[in-house]
Amino acid sequence: MESAIYYTSKKTFWQKVKEQKELVFMIFPFVLYVILFHYIPLWWWVIAFKEYRPYDGVWGSQWVGLQQFRDLFSDSGFWLAMRNTIVISFLKLVTSFAAAITLALMLNEVKNMLFKRTIQTISYLPHFVSWVVAASIVIGALAPESGVVNQVLMALKIIKQPVVWMGEGHYFWWILAISNVWKETGWNAIVYLAAMTSIDPELYDAASVDGCGRLQKIRYVTLPGIAPTISMLLILNVGWLLNAGFEQVLLLRNPLVQDYAQILDTYVLDYGITMYRYSYATAAGMFKSIVSILLVLFANKVAQKLNASTVV
Amino acid sequence: MLRKKTAEDIIVDLIVYVSLVFVGIVTLYPFVNVLAVSFNDALDTVRGGIYIWPRKWTLKNYEIILTNPQIYNATFVSIARTVLGTVLGIICTMFVAYPLSRKDFVLRRPFSAIMVLTMYFGAGLIPTYLLYRSLHLLNTFSVYIIPALLGMFNVVVVRSYIESLPSSLIESAKIDGASEFRILWQIIFPLTLPAVATIALFIGVGHWNSWFDVYIFNSQRPDLSTLQYELQKILASVSMQVGRNPDYQMGAMAETQQVTPTSVRASMTIVATAPIIMVYPFLQRYFVKGLTLGSVKGE
Repeated sequence: MESAIYYTSKKTFWQKVKEQKELVFMIFPFVLYVILFHYIPLWWWVIAFKEYRPYDGVWGSQWVGLQQFRDLFSDSGFWLAMRNTIVISFLKLVTSFAAAITLALMLNEVKNMLFKRTIQTISYLPHFVSWVVAASIVIGALAPESGVVNQVLMALKIIKQPVVWMGEGHYFWWILAISNVWKETGWNAIVYLAAMTSIDPELYDAASVDGCGRLQKIRYVTLPGIAPTISMLLILNVGWLLNAGFEQVLLLRNPLVQDYAQILDTYVLDYGITMYRYSYATAAGMFKSIVSILLVLFANKVAQKLNASTVV
Repeated sequence: MLRKKTAEDIIVDLIVYVSLVFVGIVTLYPFVNVLAVSFNDALDTVRGGIYIWPRKWTLKNYEIILTNPQIYNATFVSIARTVLGTVLGIICTMFVAYPLSRKDFVLRRPFSAIMVLTMYFGAGLIPTYLLYRSLHLLNTFSVYIIPALLGMFNVVVVRSYIESLPSSLIESAKIDGASEFRILWQIIFPLTLPAVATIALFIGVGHWNSWFDVYIFNSQRPDLSTLQYELQKILASVSMQVGRNPDYQMGAMAETQQVTPTSVRASMTIVATAPIIMVYPFLQRYFVKGLTLGSVKGE
């Protein structure tokens, strides 16, 4: 290895590029591809400062300065979408973390491998079906007459009349959170299970010697063992705070719950694609992207700080 | 270590096993129920009470959707985009992951920065739409394939896997005079198969499940519709009648056509899900390892 470093360090940058031209040749088209599909679209942000008309083109359209943003921030619909986005992502964040950690803790207590593997295989199956299929299942299960949820609740005498679950705004937030838990918990639990396998078995033996029971071992060994993973994932999820789940909301929403279902992504879709207000929708999308990037940067900073302090 | 089970052990085990069986049932039941409804006579289903087994067995629901030319065509498009998208996706991922995995690659840092940054930001829906329009991707089959060629998460998974292979393999191949392309496809690729199986599942499932790109970019082209989009259209028409029972609503239609939205939705759901359920047991032993490796390194 050392001789290799000595050998290459004598060469200039371009000599090395030339020497590795095959690797450059291999990856270069994809660098261009990524620039085209991920960086060039940023250029269209310019239309957020214009009144874009497809016929006039980007350059022919008139500059309007910050007018689109002024309109956006004075629209009560936008702030409603903002509220819904934050409430929905927060609700989903809390429920999905709690569910995944609980499932991982329970699976970790199972000693029968066949049982464990069977439950795991079942639990991540919904992750692989589309939200279209999941939404179809949710709508079917919540149907007023034939839906299994109403049938079970009526059989248990918890409710007397069938409830129109999909017709009430407050329920809608919980429907999103719970259907998300149903679909993703098994999948999300994988990373915690992986973290649990790396806990030193000696810690459990030591805890036994100290007289800890099963629950105390979970409390004093397992949970602290996965705490770094939990905090890391929580911090990284901050960057997703303005993503309430575009597909899920789009598929499950209906006119009755519109005031609770409009999120930033559907707001952009409704104004941009459906009403052709490209500039206005771009301003909304740009606002969302910039806030998200700031959140990611903030989260990374915090993660680095925490990581550094736990490692040192 | 052998020791007697305490009362606490028994209670914990009981709670854990009962809860997990409950989780298993709640997760699996919806699929079993849809399967039962899909094989049950449409008019009979309206009466309710179909749980895990069809009451009046029939293949009529499948016959209706599989002989519908629109859905037949959509199935073909779904298969085409999944196969083509997965094969091309794997090839492209390898071409990016291999150079990035080479610690001695001079452009490793700038190139991986350009690539990995895209995981954290997006220009948004409208700019993307306008880009595709100016590239003439709208209303074409290519809009399914080209923008989805590279997934950065998949690149990270494969790159981490290649990095875990001994670097002496590459060095000795180089001494023997093999080109980088040859090293990639004849040495690295076969050894990377577990990671490739993982990303093949991710890419394939992504293509098979995708409907939003059809909805936004290709809704003017019924011949390019996919299965998931057809299911979404059925779902949207049912969603509009919330608050009333769609089964009763469509009663008149049911009388004449022997079909109800519930039954068609059930059989469509099964057709749209079956391929995934069939391949995933074969690939799942790889993905847990692939995923944890990727996510740990990815952070």
